[in-house]
Amino acid sequence: MTSPRPALIEADAVCMKIRHATLLDGVNARVHGGETVAIVGPNGAGKSTLLRLLSGDLRCTDGGVRLKGRDLASFSSRDLANHRVMLSQHVNVSFPFTVEEIVFMGAGDRARITAQPLVDAAIAELELEPFRHRELPTLSGGEQQRAHFARVLVQLACGEADHGPGVLLLDEPTSSLDLRYQINLVEVAKRRARSGTAVVAVLHDLNLAVRFADRIIVLRKGTVAADGSPAETITNRMIADVFDVETSIGTEDGQPYVLLQRMQ
Amino acid sequence: MRPSAIAVYVILIACLLAVALLATTVGAAGIPLPRLAAALGLNIASADPAMLARDQLVLWSIRIPRIAVAGMIGGLLALSGAIMQGLFRNPLADPALVGVSSGGAFAAASAIVISDSAWGASFRFLQFELLPIAAFAGSLLTTTVLYKIASREGRTSVAIFLLAGLAIAAIANAGIGLLVFVADDRQLRDITFWLLGSLSGAAWPKAGMVAPVALLALLSIPLIARGLDVLVLGEAEAFHTGVDVERLKKISIVLISAMTGVAVSICGVVGFVGIVVPHLLRIVIGPGHRMLLPASVFLGAILLILADTIARVLAAPAEVPIGILTAAIGAPFFLFILLRQRKLIAS
Repeated sequence: MTSPRPALIEADAVCMKIRHATLLDGVNARVHGGETVAIVGPNGAGKSTLLRLLSGDLRCTDGGVRLKGRDLASFSSRDLANHRVMLSQHVNVSFPFTVEEIVFMGAGDRARITAQPLVDAAIAELELEPFRHRELPTLSGGEQQRAHFARVLVQLACGEADHGPGVLLLDEPTSSLDLRYQINLVEVAKRRARSGTAVVAVLHDLNLAVRFADRIIVLRKGTVAADGSPAETITNRMIADVFDVETSIGTEDGQPYVLLQRMQ
Repeated sequence: MRPSAIAVYVILIACLLAVALLATTVGAAGIPLPRLAAALGLNIASADPAMLARDQLVLWSIRIPRIAVAGMIGGLLALSGAIMQGLFRNPLADPALVGVSSGGAFAAASAIVISDSAWGASFRFLQFELLPIAAFAGSLLTTTVLYKIASREGRTSVAIFLLAGLAIAAIANAGIGLLVFVADDRQLRDITFWLLGSLSGAAWPKAGMVAPVALLALLSIPLIARGLDVLVLGEAEAFHTGVDVERLKKISIVLISAMTGVAVSICGVVGFVGIVVPHLLRIVIGPGHRMLLPASVFLGAILLILADTIARVLAAPAEVPIGILTAAIGAPFFLFILLRQRKLIAS
């Protein structure tokens, strides 16, 4: 047996129970630097809960999460922010901050002069230049989501500059994005992985998950139903089992793609 | 683009000086500008000695301490409003509107009644400090309860926040009503005089009481400004960005309560300064708290000195209670913000 490479972040038999409901039940997940992992599954399977456990936002009721080999609970919030970043699903800003001001928030209390190039790079990478001085609440949902992604990228860049490759967690990052920016987001995330970041994203769109991920973790009712490459996990049988729908799956360049047919 | 910080502070300080000058010269005992210069010790030679003595008395014992108290209270009210809006992520938050001031007022009114009774006689020696301490405790309790009710899993609902604040204010006001009902004549006079909200008793001892709180609040601004910016994204996001959210909330709640408590103990419930000031400033300088909080202190001071001056001259020699004046101006302004932010409230 070969000793496994140390993972940047790993969940070890995590359970999450709230009152009588079991949201996660003994889930194992490990993600290495340079890897892109998609978490998929039907509504209520525990995808977002797992991501929030990995972010340290929630504490698991059983099991443990380790970030860079260290117990997640032992990090202060400030420390944690240097090693993992998280893009949440719904961020509602009720004050008229401009896009640039929001993106700057990712830099924490670093000096403006050190953060400015990182902010500029993130704004350019997400094609937000025309919106730089616009107030966030006046933008569309997708534009706001891109601004928050840029903010998270700045935080990641700041942390990685001081502490080496970090963990990028994305909770349904494409939910308000049009096709062009779905691809843009996937490309940006994969670029981060190529430079050593561990990227984990909860995704609804299986085709996008295939396009994005080296590995897909399929959750069902709080347990892992499958964990493997897209070709291993995205099969007619697996999708029928987990999602209760019939699909026909084709292949293109060795990667599966999914056509939805009907409910079972 | 936002204006530069220096320009904003220069304008605010110039306005503050202008308003303070206006406030010293007008009033029941007016001091015209030439005599003001003499009373301040400039160009004394040409002054009529009798007039000079009277002017100096009015200036140093009445006018200046009152302006100082009005300015500091205005700054505290505006700052507590701005911090509360950041904490609750809600531009409509104001300590007076959501019952925090009423909670403080109820506690202070209780202190008046209890300390006057036989049972409270042992606290007698604390009379002067008792009011602000009680008001602080009442405000702290109210703010904490409000936070617990309005936020769930790190999100605060605008509607629940405002409705809970309404209910808390109603409870506190019922308590005040009860106290007024049981109070004897002397206590009643104390309570009503103070509840009406007036700065007429503002002399040096009161200025000395407000000053430490004002100083503390100013010094705390750098501790919370960046955290409040990021908190706008939500509690979970602020945590992800590295903010110690629990610490931020505790500091903010204690600050809001201390500032509201001391303001209430001096001039009763004065509403709307906390809403109007930060809202106006956000339009001009943007919502970033590093600039918004100190600028709120200045503009709050300017507005309350101005309002107090109007209160003094409107029905001179009588004084209009300042709480009535700020409500008369502030409430329509609040409705105006409400209309502008309809979408936010509905969500």
